[in-house]
Amino acid sequence: MSKPVIVAENLTKVYKMGKMEVHALCGISLKIKRGEVVAIMGPSGSGKSTLMNMLGCLDRPTQGEYFLDGEPVSTLNDDQLADIRNRKVGFVFQSFNLLSRTTALGNVELPLRYAGLASGRRERAREALEAVGLSERMTHRPQELSGGEQQRVAIARALVNDPAIIMADEPTGNLDSRVGKEIVNLLLSLNQKKGTTLIIITHDPNVAGQTQRIIRLKDGLVENGK
Amino acid sequence: MNLMQSVIEALESLNSNKMRSGLTILGIVIGVAAVIAMLAVGKGAQDTITGSISGIGTNLLFVFRGSMNDSVRNPRPLTLADAQAIADPFAAPDVQAVAPILEGSGEVTFSGEKSTTTIDGVTPEYFTVGNNALTEGEVITEEHMLGRSSVVLLGPEVADNLFGRRDGLVGETLRIEGQPFRVIGVLESKGGGSFGSQDNRVIVPFSTAQARLIRRGGQDRVDLILVQVVTSEAVPQAVEEISQILRSRHRTAIGADDFTVFSQEDFLQTAATITGVLTIFLGGIAAISLLVGGIGIMNIMLVSVTERTREIGLRKALGARRRDILIQFLTESSLLSLFGGLIGILLGWLIATLVGRIAAASGTPFNPSVSIDAILLATIFSAAVGLFFGIYPANRAAGLEPVEALRYE
Repeated sequence: MSKPVIVAENLTKVYKMGKMEVHALCGISLKIKRGEVVAIMGPSGSGKSTLMNMLGCLDRPTQGEYFLDGEPVSTLNDDQLADIRNRKVGFVFQSFNLLSRTTALGNVELPLRYAGLASGRRERAREALEAVGLSERMTHRPQELSGGEQQRVAIARALVNDPAIIMADEPTGNLDSRVGKEIVNLLLSLNQKKGTTLIIITHDPNVAGQTQRIIRLKDGLVENGK
Repeated sequence: MNLMQSVIEALESLNSNKMRSGLTILGIVIGVAAVIAMLAVGKGAQDTITGSISGIGTNLLFVFRGSMNDSVRNPRPLTLADAQAIADPFAAPDVQAVAPILEGSGEVTFSGEKSTTTIDGVTPEYFTVGNNALTEGEVITEEHMLGRSSVVLLGPEVADNLFGRRDGLVGETLRIEGQPFRVIGVLESKGGGSFGSQDNRVIVPFSTAQARLIRRGGQDRVDLILVQVVTSEAVPQAVEEISQILRSRHRTAIGADDFTVFSQEDFLQTAATITGVLTIFLGGIAAISLLVGGIGIMNIMLVSVTERTREIGLRKALGARRRDILIQFLTESSLLSLFGGLIGILLGWLIATLVGRIAAASGTPFNPSVSIDAILLATIFSAAVGLFFGIYPANRAAGLEPVEALRYE
């Protein structure tokens, strides 16, 4: 297939807690192909979140190399990382993380605003909301939307900048199973349609079962998978 | 993100917490209003004082004994002869009229009522030199002078104190230092003037005062000589002429004048200095409250940053750079203080107007004026306060690590 969108080599992350050193990641190497759907699983404390932070460019590894869409990320400064996140990564969080003051449209527009787009923001935000099936609710505020609808807005926000990867951190964690299934199906169908690489971090084996590949983590290392 | 966008977003955010924004703004409102009101009242006081000094007459000079110069000892007293010399049109062509005054104080009584007051002994010229109009009766004349008549003009306050009225007093007889005097007129009120009350005094003929009321050791001594100059432009020449005459008469060494010639200009300058210091003092106190308001902004912004840590983390995850977050929070704090400033200007103007009304109602003509300078100063200062006190919280927000911020509960 095509060349990998994510190449991580020997990623290590060490947190200093006072005098103690905590090794959250102990040398993780992995490759994810463009358009692939991958689940990352593991018990709590296994380093899932840390790995997501690395792959989502929210944090830099202590050691190791990471290439996202061909760009070396481990050496970039804060503002360059912000730029990479803006252009290449879409985040979907467990708790939606929408701004309660603004409408669905306003929330979806936010990444475009930080991208410095002067015009056409409204149009693109509208398209993204239509793509997740929320064309009727664009001007509603988050409080006026159900949990599933809020997560759809979050997905639209993740999509709007046409990122290389979408990082979904427990996207169904705050939803009941039926709505959770809808959300997973939506993510999968968007992957089918747009070919955006999808990485889902989850506890739920049902969700993980719908992906093409499962990466299991334990004690900061990859237990299986390549 | 452009400026307009940040402003709209900041407004949304401030709007979502109306109570808190309102109270924060209040701190700035009070500070700015205080500054504006204080400056306006100070300016009004200055205008009123300089106005009342100018009202005495801009071509008036005051000559008195002694000097501001410490090195002059035993200054010779001014005498009637000095006054006559100054009145000499050949020696002092720029002098129009000269009025020597003998000043003292004493007790005035009328049927059991007592009042201690200033007694001025004046010549008829006095009424042409200053603006000393009468509400009734007639002024002191040459006949009164020659006859050392026991006649008196009453200041309105003295009239109030002794008679309880200001009219129909001509012909009454009262006692000054136990001697009977006939009232021949009542002076017009000058209000609570800037140099103590000008209404609490009585005026008697110079010769009468000299002989019977204010004794000054035999010589023809006078306490003050009022000089009217032909025009206000000629004041500097007149000062020079008078000084020359007095120097030669008193045989003083050069640079050691034992007298002082004081002009309106000097009075105005002194008054302006005093009121200027007063204004700065009042404004300074008011500025402290503005500072306190600024600290209020900083406080609220810090709370706001803590409260919105997750939001900041999210924005960073979505690609907000350090600068974007910084601008967002600085815009909010600047808007807070700018609103506060605008409302404060209005309120300050209202307070100043109110003070003016109250002063007018209590009989003092006093016009506080809000100057453009004060408005500009307050606006710029309040915006600067917002920026300055916003920098620390905004910096803190901008420096948050996205991972940490997103995890924050």
